[in-house]
Amino acid sequence: MRNFWIVVAVVGAATVALKSAGPVFLGGRELPALALRVVELLAPALLAALVAVQIFGGDRELVLDARVPGLLAAALALLARAPIVVVVLVAAAATALARALG
Amino acid sequence: MRAALPIAPMSLVFGVSFGVLAEAEGLGVLAPIVMSATTFAGSAQFAAISVLETAGGIFAAISAAVLLNARYAPISLTVAPSLGGALLRRLLESQAIVDESWAVAQVGSGRVDRRLLIGAGLTLYACWVGGTTAGVLGGGLLGDPETYGLDAAFPALFLALLIQQLGSRRALAAALAGAGLALVLVPFSSPGVPIIAATAACLVGLWRR
Repeated sequence: MRNFWIVVAVVGAATVALKSAGPVFLGGRELPALALRVVELLAPALLAALVAVQIFGGDRELVLDARVPGLLAAALALLARAPIVVVVLVAAAATALARALG
Repeated sequence: MRAALPIAPMSLVFGVSFGVLAEAEGLGVLAPIVMSATTFAGSAQFAAISVLETAGGIFAAISAAVLLNARYAPISLTVAPSLGGALLRRLLESQAIVDESWAVAQVGSGRVDRRLLIGAGLTLYACWVGGTTAGVLGGGLLGDPETYGLDAAFPALFLALLIQQLGSRRALAAALAGAGLALVLVPFSSPGVPIIAATAACLVGLWRR
């Protein structure tokens, strides 16, 4: 229990530092053109990685489970140009359904 | 605020489940709430308590959580041009950064909108800390969030936001490379590493157009 407070303190301090690194050191300044070309691709690269890992990632293995129908349902909802709230709800419902049936 | 609408309820439910889990681990009432209020990064917090749960030491718990949050360093770089003003203000405003607030605040060409970021960040913060408090104090009632398919909800959001980002061929290449790199690394590295390694995919930006 006392150990957990150490975890809380260290992780909290590290996270504050990581989140503020860019704004504190560069705040308000424009990035150089070359850096901007790299940084503007960070969003697609990271978002795609988050999707991939959160759907197929297991404990040090890749798994196919009830999350996959959720992703497929989300993709279909996006094709149908549904608003984001609907996309998210459809994905959760599909995964919940697949899990209940499985 | 409206930008955070699709994700606020999920953040609340995840907050509750974090509170329930932490309390069940015997980590007390106050410490989990303080952690949600200061760390404010769901995946790292879940990782820390799951390491402790499996009898890992505090060093293992800390490194798992910090590794997961290391992605916020490059993310904060993309936010830097949007946050000006005094040092303390930049420090405070940058704490609104979480995956979801950063993702919904994208306005194209790698830029984020400051007001969207902070509005979404504050909304998510209230839900996350409020949810954690509810969870440690008397959660249990809700059961396992996976029953509701909530683990598919965030990737669905990220997919929706990703589609809006795929305006150029280079963006598509970065997305495919990022996802590929991350998946290849999952079996061989600790959680967090695949996501951080995937940021290397943005180096395709150095290619000539």
